[in-house]
Amino acid sequence: MLTKRIIPCLDIKNGRTVKGVNFVNLIDAGDPVILAKQYAELGADELVFLDISATLEGRKTMLEMVLKVAEQVNIPFTVGGGISSVEDVDALLKCGADKISINSSAVKRPDLVNELSNKFGSQCVVVAIDAKQINGEWMVHLAGGTIPTALNLFDWAKEVESRGAGEILFTSMNNDGTKAGFANEALAKLSTELNIPIIASGGAGTVQHFTDTFTIGKADAALAASVFHFGEIAISALKKELKEQKIPVRL
Amino acid sequence: MKLIIIDYGAGNIKSIQFAFKRLGVDAVLSNNIEEIKAADKVIFPGVGEASSAMKMLRESGLDSVIPELKQPVLGICLGMQLMCNSSEEGNTKGLGIFNVAIKKFSSAVKVPQMGWNVITDLKSDLFTGVKEEEFMYLVHSFYAENCKEAIATTSYEIEYASALQKDNFYGVQFHPEKSSKAGEQILKNFLELKTNN
Repeated sequence: MLTKRIIPCLDIKNGRTVKGVNFVNLIDAGDPVILAKQYAELGADELVFLDISATLEGRKTMLEMVLKVAEQVNIPFTVGGGISSVEDVDALLKCGADKISINSSAVKRPDLVNELSNKFGSQCVVVAIDAKQINGEWMVHLAGGTIPTALNLFDWAKEVESRGAGEILFTSMNNDGTKAGFANEALAKLSTELNIPIIASGGAGTVQHFTDTFTIGKADAALAASVFHFGEIAISALKKELKEQKIPVRL
Repeated sequence: MKLIIIDYGAGNIKSIQFAFKRLGVDAVLSNNIEEIKAADKVIFPGVGEASSAMKMLRESGLDSVIPELKQPVLGICLGMQLMCNSSEEGNTKGLGIFNVAIKKFSSAVKVPQMGWNVITDLKSDLFTGVKEEEFMYLVHSFYAENCKEAIATTSYEIEYASALQKDNFYGVQFHPEKSSKAGEQILKNFLELKTNN
């Protein structure tokens, strides 16, 4: 049986992890390669690296980091942040990234989704969508949720699916950072209306939140950052608990 | 030992090369027919779309070379699918090494299958030290039907062949290079297979 995936997300700036990380005694908690290896050993199913560097120099460092991660880590990983062209993706995949994720660049130029899936295959194209519920309607936002668009979450998700996206990473801006649980109603709707995997993001605070997002939210994978980085939830304990609750996980 | 990864332009092969490096073996990327024929072991990778990948194989003449290889050959993901008779993807004729057709998952399940699923009914030296129901990482929309040449099966919508073997030819639908320690064991087993070349 295909299992539900647990995905830690690491924010990267100039080749270093940004938010503090404090879940094990690491010599260098800012080194994404060491962290990635540690997470792989602890049972993470995949990893996401989000590049938040603002400079060209920072982006070059990202490629070097991707190469090092691919060299040393034996689970799949996705790279996102600042990707806007076929060339960007080609460079990342050549360095060993398994998947890439695009967000604003897809909204600005939806054909990019077609170009990437035609050239590299749907399996490596993740479209990340940040959305906020405003007056009952889920609206897509850009730039980390700061810029609203006129796009409806479900319409946009269906459009990128038809353009060749292989997976959707949905972050609810209403839930992100609250540690009050994932946006399960919207997730379940996405999962039912689309036929590609959906990754839940935003709101993880407790083990029960993960259980809920897999059952109520029908998510295929759940992504979180701080609860893992600060050791509030240990991945192995989380997966054991999920298994006890009859959710299929890799242990 | 000379290990070659066939480099015909189809997909991400860096991960496979790195996985062997972690096992202490330098895998060489090559599309040179003589070099491929002379290798002790050959990896036939592939990510992407079947008909365009077959086209690249035909253009380089590799389509007639691969089925004639005598040393152990391991097809991974699309590589395995191209070693079969045919694929519904792009209505493609394959290399015909494995006597089985590649079909598409129906919309009763999410497509692609993406993530970790178990392999069962293990029947090959390739799986020495790998336990039944071991987890492997898979990303695919098309599958090989269960058949006589299956050496592992996986269940997603239906029970399908997630690994195949015929003589010196091996194929795996999953990505051993991305499947943690158990995946590494499979690559190690492949390296330890007897070479008949």
